[in-house]
Amino acid sequence: MSKANTKAVKKKATRRQKKDWVAGYLFIAPVTIGLFIFYVFPFLQNFWFSFNDVNKFNMATFNGIENYKQLFHEPDLLLALKNTFLYAIITVPIGLIISLVLASFMNSKIKGKGLYRTIYFLPSVTMAAAVALVWKLIFNGDYGILNEILGVFGIEGQSWLTNPDTALFCVMLVGIWSGAGYNMIILLAGMQGVSKSYYEAAEIDGAGPVQRFFKITIPLVSPTIFFVTITGLIGAFQVFDTLYMMIDMDKNPAFNAVKTVNVLFYQNAFVYGYKGYAAAISIFMFVIIMIITVFQLWGQKKWVNYD
Amino acid sequence: MKTSRARGHLIIHIILIAGIAITVFPFLWMIFTSFKTLPESMKIPPTILPESLNTESYKYVFDVLPFAKIYLNTVVITVLTVLFQVAFCTMAAYGFARIEFPFKNALFLILLAILMVPGQIFLIPQYLIIQNLGLTNTIPGLFLPHLFSAFGTFLLRQFFMSLPKELEEAALLDGCNRFQIFGKIMLPLVKPGIVALVIFTARFAWNDFMWPLIVNTDPQKMTLAPSLSLLKGQYATNYPVQMAGAVLAVIPMIIVFIIFQKQFIEGVAQSGIKG
Repeated sequence: MSKANTKAVKKKATRRQKKDWVAGYLFIAPVTIGLFIFYVFPFLQNFWFSFNDVNKFNMATFNGIENYKQLFHEPDLLLALKNTFLYAIITVPIGLIISLVLASFMNSKIKGKGLYRTIYFLPSVTMAAAVALVWKLIFNGDYGILNEILGVFGIEGQSWLTNPDTALFCVMLVGIWSGAGYNMIILLAGMQGVSKSYYEAAEIDGAGPVQRFFKITIPLVSPTIFFVTITGLIGAFQVFDTLYMMIDMDKNPAFNAVKTVNVLFYQNAFVYGYKGYAAAISIFMFVIIMIITVFQLWGQKKWVNYD
Repeated sequence: MKTSRARGHLIIHIILIAGIAITVFPFLWMIFTSFKTLPESMKIPPTILPESLNTESYKYVFDVLPFAKIYLNTVVITVLTVLFQVAFCTMAAYGFARIEFPFKNALFLILLAILMVPGQIFLIPQYLIIQNLGLTNTIPGLFLPHLFSAFGTFLLRQFFMSLPKELEEAALLDGCNRFQIFGKIMLPLVKPGIVALVIFTARFAWNDFMWPLIVNTDPQKMTLAPSLSLLKGQYATNYPVQMAGAVLAVIPMIIVFIIFQKQFIEGVAQSGIKG
């Protein structure tokens, strides 16, 4: 090949490359422009707002770290943090255990798996706001069915959702009920990726089903467990629909007992209209979620198994 | 050995059936209560099945709220959100997965960063954008920010990445341009990814609560989820009416799920594997 020829080829290649650039930008343009307008710019503006007093007409006046100072003096902050953490610390592990057990049953050779799977998945396609309403009725202290069932076992019923000691646990129960089937499917997909030969070998060695579950299934699906835990934690920190629907914000005496950081944010931003202060709360939430995620990413090295 | 396995299976079935009772009961209770009269719904001890099939509560829901309109709104925003998201995300996903251009990695990093940030961070400015555009209490205000999805782009990019490169190299040599390759060769191959995204987005759009609650207060422009909160506010102790609203709100999604259950379950499984 002559020198002129290679040059021509090179030139042609770059022209094609440039054409590719244009095509590339055209392909990503709608999403990228949309994300900049509705996510990147809002992220920056929200950050800016957190250092401003934003009035009812959305005029921002810079006030330094006043919002953050106020946040750390917020009488409800500790309570909201406690509730948020409590919700996450209880719903995520319990939900995970239930989904793991369900998934391993679905991965066994029992009959009727298809039907079981469909029914267990049902809550995940159901609107949380609607589900919250029926659970509210079930938990009703005066004529709820739960008290009736407990009465059969001689347990004294009570007004579950207006009692500050029990209200949050009721919302947790609904959270676990809603999410178990969804995580079951994700974990099941992880389990189906595990080679059958491990199980066959273990069975020949005389390992029982429980042993196989702990020694083979759990370590080999640990990446999926990790995924479910992370997404579950992030979801738990943002729980809102069920709380809002099950606990009446204005009249429920238990409301303060179940207030989470997300509810604190919602109230300040969209009920009271303290947008600058609410922006600071959202940043605070973000920082907490980041710390937990980083902590998890660091911790996963110890228990997550990538082969 | 064999009998012990059979006994094991029996125990599993018993546990699973108990779990199903807990899973299904709230749905049944929702339906049963929706057909009870108000006094019957407050009876102590509660009746299980309604004494008669009373449809008053359903009529009531349509009387006190423009429920047909609310239904239509929900269908419209769900369909539009899904269509636009799939179109935009597949395009961007292909671009990020397969084409080289300057600043690609930087732009993709921004997209990943958006994925890591909790939604509340964007909420106040998003609301102000919608307000400034005069779109509060309108249908576009409900779906505009949700047409662009970092998650959807990321998910589909994973699907495009798993396709062999030789496919499009051959087509490029044959003189196809990028758009032809995308439409004719690549798109059909990422169908499972598109199905996963459709299901994810449809579930989200249909059930979304906080955003429509904030943006639209006019019942004529509402979607189903926040309208249930209106019902709850006005008929706090009238559970049959609340349950009728709840049944109407969840039924369409459940029917769609039962018809497409295989796709639903596979879609969720895929989002777990690829995400």
